[in-house]
Amino acid sequence: MNRIPSLIALAVLLAAPAAAEMKTLNGAGATFPYPIYSKWFDEYHKVKPELQINYQSIGSGGGIRQVTERTVDFGATDGPMTSQQQFKVDGKIMHIPTVLGAVVPAYNLKGIEDLKLSGPVIADIFLGKVTRWTDPAIAKLNPGAALPDAAITVVHRSDGSGTTYCFVDYLSKVSPEWKSKVGLATAVKWPVGLGGKGNEGVAGLVKQTPNAIGYVELIYAKQNDIAYASVLNKAGKFVKASIDSVTAAAAGVKMPKDFKVSITDADGEASYPISTFTWLLVYEKNAGDKGPVLKDFLKWMLKDGQPMASALGYAPLPGSVNAMVTKAIEVVK
Amino acid sequence: MTVAVLDRARKVPGSRERAGDRLFRLVIAGFAGIILLAAIALAWQLLRESAETWKTFGLAFLWTSDWDPVADVFGALPFLYGTAVSSLLALLIAVPLGVGAAVFLTELAPKRLAEVLMFAIELLAAVPSVILGLMGIFLLVPAMRAMGAPYGVGMLTAGLILAFMILPYITTITREVLLTVPRPLKEAMYALGATRWEVVRGVSLPYSRAGIVGAVFLSLGRALGETMAVTMVIGNNPQIKASLLEPGYSMAAVIANELAEAASDAHLSALVAIGLALMAVTVVVNGAARLMLYRLGARR
Repeated sequence: MNRIPSLIALAVLLAAPAAAEMKTLNGAGATFPYPIYSKWFDEYHKVKPELQINYQSIGSGGGIRQVTERTVDFGATDGPMTSQQQFKVDGKIMHIPTVLGAVVPAYNLKGIEDLKLSGPVIADIFLGKVTRWTDPAIAKLNPGAALPDAAITVVHRSDGSGTTYCFVDYLSKVSPEWKSKVGLATAVKWPVGLGGKGNEGVAGLVKQTPNAIGYVELIYAKQNDIAYASVLNKAGKFVKASIDSVTAAAAGVKMPKDFKVSITDADGEASYPISTFTWLLVYEKNAGDKGPVLKDFLKWMLKDGQPMASALGYAPLPGSVNAMVTKAIEVVK
Repeated sequence: MTVAVLDRARKVPGSRERAGDRLFRLVIAGFAGIILLAAIALAWQLLRESAETWKTFGLAFLWTSDWDPVADVFGALPFLYGTAVSSLLALLIAVPLGVGAAVFLTELAPKRLAEVLMFAIELLAAVPSVILGLMGIFLLVPAMRAMGAPYGVGMLTAGLILAFMILPYITTITREVLLTVPRPLKEAMYALGATRWEVVRGVSLPYSRAGIVGAVFLSLGRALGETMAVTMVIGNNPQIKASLLEPGYSMAAVIANELAEAASDAHLSALVAIGLALMAVTVVVNGAARLMLYRLGARR
């Protein structure tokens, strides 16, 4: 009988070192990069079996909130934090760009393979000023196309989203009226249209409704074979979203030191104008030994993780940005 | 009778309550107390989290209709309107259908057929709402558009989906109460030469009135709070339009849609305020139901 307690003590002694080595990092935030993040965390777990990284894709807004309340070890967002939001965080928070994505205008027009649109026209459609497909503004961009003489049904996201942020960020840049009337946020007051929940909700409505236009993530449009328009970029070229044209947009922007940069409406002939970085939110000073662990992961992500991005439809960071980030994460403690 | 006997048993002079009984009573009372506490804590938490909204907009929050997360200006009227109208539409459609079906099942249908039908109806009640929403998107929305609705999604579509959802409740409960109508009453009517219709109208329905009202309010509660199926077909546009074919929005839907990405405190607070309003609406509906049942009971 007496032996049982000592056996338990022995078991505890044996298990203790193993338990101490097992580490976990918890993160939460953006849904848009979730597929690549979960791939990375999975692969990294194979490299470092003693580290488990958990990620909850609760949305960028939720990620920012949890980082502010310090209930997670890192966050993730598709739209950079405002300085007001950063001010509320106890300690310094860093934006680490990870990959790039794009938002495409998806449409449902019978017999039209390659619709061409410009920023101001997209803004006017979503403002409810251009209401028919035969509007001269659209016809001018698509000479010879058999546009239907029908009303445009506008579809937007009903849930707050980083996709919406990127899209309205672009519209705010190209249309002063959009900027003053609607503005920029993850959820806005839409002047017209139907709301669909998530990319799948918007895509579903666009696919079902003849003569509809909406916006979805590039990856989503590609995976589901949804027709999407080319967009006129700043250099005056019509560009269709692709991994190359998104990377080109990132290369066409001067990167600030805090990495909080919008790359919509970027310079460069090959740049796709509705592109965005997505960021991890990392504390500069971390509790315990979590800093070095996180730093090791970030280093791995920048070196071995980046090549995995394009297979999942994300554009990897351009070389120059990668070098900048690699240097910047040295301060993480 | 039984209650009186029990009461007397408890008050037998000189008999003391045994310790075990007392402990049992305390524990059970505690269980009941937890329910009450949870309800109060819920209301308190909602009120606390939405304090900012009430401070900024006051009660006008409930009757202004601007919802602009960019400018941090919030008004809940379009959502209140959408929830009320879609739920009332659902009742308007489902109550006559459900009560009619229940009458058929109890009074007219052959027993075997009634059993099969009841099984099917109970099955319907178990369908998850997201499945109904999908059905709405893939079947009802194109059908509405084919019939001339401009978008297919909209207030009427949401009302139809909700009607479909509450129909099994109304039918099942109404059937159960109709089955409790005493046979002698009905037989007396038949003996007087009444037709089936006259028996249903004169005896069955009046006798089960309280139960049917209960079924209606239970369904209304379900319709008011339904989230997934509604947000999938209502169009999610916070506007108040006279046409039922136009898109609208509901309280539960806007919370589900915007909560995850509500980055500003004002936005979050406004969403919680809508939650509190939704809770208040359901409390009022349930209170009204109780009052009505009480009055009906008193009259009889």
